[in-house]
Amino acid sequence: MSARAAPDLFRSERIRRRRAVNLFVELLATGAALLAIAVLVIVVASVAKRGAGALNVDFFTKTPDFAALPGQPTGAANAIVGTAVIVGLAILMALPVGILTAIYLNELAPKRVANLLTLALDVLNGIPAIVLGIFVFVLLVNGHGQAAWKASFALAVLMLPLVARTTQEVLALVPDSLREASLALGAAKWRTTLSVVLPQTLGGIVTGATLATARIAGETAPLLFTSSLAGNAVSYDPREPLSSLPLFIYTSAEQADPKLHEQAWAAALVLIGFILVASLIARAFAARSRQRLAGER
Amino acid sequence: MAVAPRSATGPAAFKRRGRFRPGDTVLYVITLAAALSGLVLLVLIARELLTAAWPAMDRFGLDFLTTKAWDPNKKLFGAASFIFGTAVTSIGALLLATPISIAIALFLTELAPRGVRGAVGVLVDMLAAIPSVVLGLWGILVLGPFIVNTLAPALHGTLGFLPIFSTKPSVGSNVFAAILILTIMIVPIISSICRELFLGVPQELKDGALALGATRWEVARGVTFPYARAGIAAALILGLGRAVGEAIAVSQVIGNNVAIHWSLFDAGDTLASRIAGQYIGADTKLQINSLVYLAVILLVFSLVVNVLAQIIVRRVAGRHSAA
Repeated sequence: MSARAAPDLFRSERIRRRRAVNLFVELLATGAALLAIAVLVIVVASVAKRGAGALNVDFFTKTPDFAALPGQPTGAANAIVGTAVIVGLAILMALPVGILTAIYLNELAPKRVANLLTLALDVLNGIPAIVLGIFVFVLLVNGHGQAAWKASFALAVLMLPLVARTTQEVLALVPDSLREASLALGAAKWRTTLSVVLPQTLGGIVTGATLATARIAGETAPLLFTSSLAGNAVSYDPREPLSSLPLFIYTSAEQADPKLHEQAWAAALVLIGFILVASLIARAFAARSRQRLAGER
Repeated sequence: MAVAPRSATGPAAFKRRGRFRPGDTVLYVITLAAALSGLVLLVLIARELLTAAWPAMDRFGLDFLTTKAWDPNKKLFGAASFIFGTAVTSIGALLLATPISIAIALFLTELAPRGVRGAVGVLVDMLAAIPSVVLGLWGILVLGPFIVNTLAPALHGTLGFLPIFSTKPSVGSNVFAAILILTIMIVPIISSICRELFLGVPQELKDGALALGATRWEVARGVTFPYARAGIAAALILGLGRAVGEAIAVSQVIGNNVAIHWSLFDAGDTLASRIAGQYIGADTKLQINSLVYLAVILLVFSLVVNVLAQIIVRRVAGRHSAA
């Protein structure tokens, strides 16, 4: 009897242990995912809770008044305008170059050249933002002075590989049959590329550009050495250094004044709001256009 | 990356016999010029940084890497304490982030129901979208006090015999806070790459293991991990590169102290964070040159890390597409 029952017992014991280990790991994995979400919720909630107090009309229309007493109006209009100018110029610089790069790599380049240049873009993408900031500092700022357009250039270097790579990905999704049909009708390669292939990818390019914009809008490191010595007045002139939301947060957080901390939280709330909304919309849009392209195929 | 060469197929051969099209040449030249910009920028970055760092490199040589001091008054600059701080923070963050990221990727590919999968994936990606300066702000004003009041006394009390927990923090700015912030930054990066890798594991292999009676964990350990091994290594390398290069959030929470301490509850500094912290204080030429020298160290490291990761990724992609 017992001799017959023993192996059974042994086997079920072993299975039980394997199942227990499996359950343990599954719980750990679920816990890790919950932990990541919890951190996101905690960070966003603390920014929202502390920033909401200082977030009013004055924040968007007034410039910083560091002597303001509680209740007196103070804001970050100069930083909001400055960020818009700096980021806008960076988009103007990076977007055309990035799209043209992707067209060359995906439509025209021999494979080896494409591989080499794609590797260069990936390596460029991996260079830390602070190193790009120092690069623009020694190239343009040191001895010549800071300016908002120099900050834009630093951000554009950051943005270029992002735009080029996402555009490459959508170009690769365009079915070859479209290109072949156009060429078979006698259209030139450039005509095919510009009026048949490119319009198909417009949605994807907009999505990629929006994600890249969301990414660079929050960057601080490239601005430190290129556009940090700005005045407190609202200015649109890219030839002088302009203040920006990330630097406003960075410098306000260093001070001991709780009033400035409140302003920093409000600026963080504006920045996070813009970035999260922009990237969520872009993602939803990307999922839809990818489905459409995949469906056509 | 599925980037096929279009010109190598039929139309290119046709073009050779066809009539001359100036539009094609114009498009080719313009796009080629744009495409070369990435390479040109890389060369320019290397050249400009080396030129600007040269006076400091000439004066301090490789001793720069082993000199602990950063003293503008004595005109003595060295990177040793920053290299130490960079190593401690990035390796610490990688140690914490690796199991968490892989666990998240496993959850997203194997465990989560279809509806939950998309939502959780988006939320984890959102974590990567939070700007470092905002994480740093949160790090100083929320995480720092929490470490001083709750976490550090607990760790010091129970594990205080370990050198890394041997002191009590007096302020919220310390190496430990930097490690936690960096962990938060690199977990979404590593886990999203791992998720793609795990999705690429052929279903037949997993089904085979399941049919033999393996549990989900045994499938992960026996099939998924070995299959994705090289890719996971590349993901970890990229995460390490990101942690090493992060300047803003680290400079906000680490305390900017030129020192080598083993305790994580003391203030320290990293290469990137030192550069960021000096954006106003650098007056003398030699100090600026030394700052650029720090940037050169970071640049060399990031080039090595990225080329290495790309080589691994390309080799894996080549193997899989050949199979």
